[in-house]
Amino acid sequence: MTSFILKRVGSALITLLVVAAATFFLMNAVPGSPFVTEKSTPEMVARAEAKYGLDKPMVVQFVNYVKGYFVGDMGVSLKMQQDTSVADIIFNQNKLTLSTRVGAFALLLAIILGIPSGCIAAYNRGNGVDGALRVITTIGVAIPGFVVATGLLVLVGVQLQWLPVRSGSLETASAFILPVIALAFYPSCYIAKLTRASMLDAINQDYIRTARAKGLKTGTVIFKHALRNSLIPVITYLGPLTAYVITGGFVVETTFSIPGLGKYFISSILNRDYPIIMGTTIVLAALIIFMNLLVDIAYKLVDPRINLSKGDE
Amino acid sequence: MNGKLLEVKNLQVSFFTSVGEVKAVNGIDYSLGYNEVMGIVGESGSGKSVEAYAIMGLLQSPGRVVGGNVLFQGEDILNYDAKQMTDLRGNKISMIFQNPMTCLNPVYTIGNQLSEALTCHNKDISKADAKARAIEMLEFVGINNADKRFAQYPHEFSGGMRQRAMIAMALICDPKLLIADEPTTALDVTIQAQIIELMKDIQKKTDMSIVFITHNLGVVAEICDKVTVMYAGHVMEQGAVNDIFYNPQHPYTRGLLRSMPRLDSESHARMIPIEGTPVDLLDPPKGCSFGPRCEHCMKICLRNDPPLVQIGENGHLSACWLHVRHGAESKEAK
Ligand SMILES: Nc1ncnc2c1ncn2[C@@H]1O[C@H](COP(=O)(O)OP(=O)(O)O)[C@@H](O)[C@H]1O
Ligand code: SF4
Ligand SMILES: [Mg+2]
Repeated sequence: MTSFILKRVGSALITLLVVAAATFFLMNAVPGSPFVTEKSTPEMVARAEAKYGLDKPMVVQFVNYVKGYFVGDMGVSLKMQQDTSVADIIFNQNKLTLSTRVGAFALLLAIILGIPSGCIAAYNRGNGVDGALRVITTIGVAIPGFVVATGLLVLVGVQLQWLPVRSGSLETASAFILPVIALAFYPSCYIAKLTRASMLDAINQDYIRTARAKGLKTGTVIFKHALRNSLIPVITYLGPLTAYVITGGFVVETTFSIPGLGKYFISSILNRDYPIIMGTTIVLAALIIFMNLLVDIAYKLVDPRINLSKGDE
Repeated sequence: MNGKLLEVKNLQVSFFTSVGEVKAVNGIDYSLGYNEVMGIVGESGSGKSVEAYAIMGLLQSPGRVVGGNVLFQGEDILNYDAKQMTDLRGNKISMIFQNPMTCLNPVYTIGNQLSEALTCHNKDISKADAKARAIEMLEFVGINNADKRFAQYPHEFSGGMRQRAMIAMALICDPKLLIADEPTTALDVTIQAQIIELMKDIQKKTDMSIVFITHNLGVVAEICDKVTVMYAGHVMEQGAVNDIFYNPQHPYTRGLLRSMPRLDSESHARMIPIEGTPVDLLDPPKGCSFGPRCEHCMKICLRNDPPLVQIGENGHLSACWLHVRHGAESKEAK
């Protein structure tokens, strides 16, 4: 186990380096400069760029970034909160907290709605309950997240006025509801579909016939023998799901005016605030990598055939 | 007690599929005494497994028993409700299957799966006792280091070991009847022989009866007392194992015997498979189901189903118009 974790940390660092390089060179490939405004003169731009080292060759800039990250220095904002440390902006201004709160709730909701619905659909295969769930889940996986978010906002927030339109800093419980539902809708439906399919697959396995042949009750057959096996694909999906919740979070935060990291990230791109773009990308990538590590460990707990320490040799 | 453990009477099973009714089992009869081994033989697709699932109450939709009786110790278990069947399965009647690689749940230990078979029928048994009994069973079926093996997962077992574990699991409640559905077919030859040896041994040590399903007549000769030969869901021939081997009467049985590799004779090159393909059960031929493939096929065979008639001692029966014509004294040997 420890050697597995060490190996994963090593590969995580390499992945992060690749992510950093890709982000850095892509954002610099777009022509223009953060300091160009309607009133700025070329001299002002050049002076500002020199101050932040943007006049140095690309490779040197990148190496400086990497060096900084190794000693915990993520640079300073160029523009949005000029000269404030990026680490402060991300970690100490409540942005990351807001985003993870919405994301974590959505993730939980997706799991606790999706898995039982999938089991119910599989158990009722072919009848009305299964049909109704199929209609809902198919809609859920077909509609883009921003449509769900906007739809909820317009319907529940504006028309019915049941819940606040602007969720702000999520100070009340009601502020949470719409963003969390908007973010969890797609993954709940996806998990329900996945669970249904893998449950039906599990039910047709030979070991289920064995379980019935030894005289186990239907409940034990389904919940002991079928469910655990059918969770394996669902667990595999939790990695991509985290990535979905993070990127989906950008849309939801913008729609519901939540001052989270996602919303800030989008502004930083529009403002070309390079250090913030880099910092946010790397933090979110690290989060996804960490979740994938957790998923692999959960995977091992459910399926004894997986041997983490020598799996990838 | 009338000396019969299991009586299958005119059992009929159909699958109601979207393209029509598939008559997988078309009225089969046999009976089995205590401490007896019945072989059920036939090519793949003749309805052997379906018949066994019907007895166990393991048929899956769209399959359904459409007629007949299954008397177990005198009671018709086809009338049992779900709870009664659950109590019976794994307790009085156990079953083992063809593919030991897929028949054990990959995410639970062998020990867990074995103990569970015991505790689900004996609610009062303690966990420690269940474990002790499971280990004892593993030893009984010839698994070494049973303590250690108890805690291992199926993927740590070889195919032969898994089938042994399946047997241990089936026997853990001391059933009266074991239905073994091609238990050696998926294993390689040396392992096959070991499993057959084990089953013979178990049969000697207990008073359990066995229904041994196989498409391999060689295996039948080793372990069975009686044999039922099945084709297209019908009984073709039935009798004591010696009669079936040394005095086979039905053209299908003779065909099966000719198609069998004979290691004992020098002429094992002369292995002649039965010509033609098995019946399409969606559209079975009129008359004798073996008719289209039978070299003796007569006009009447294509019109009427031959009845199962007695053709010799010890319940030697055959369903063939040849034997109805000649009466029951058709004695000419092979
Ligand atoms: N689920 C099913 N749906 C439709 N037909 C089936 C199904 N299962 C079995 N059958 C039919 O029953 C016949 C007998 O199958 P089976 O008992 O498995 O044969 P075997 O003698 O090889 O064990 C098959 O040829 C097939 O036509
Ligand atoms: S009844 Fe006729 S077709 Fe059927 S096995 Fe006998 S001889 Fe052949
Ligand atoms: Mg079969």
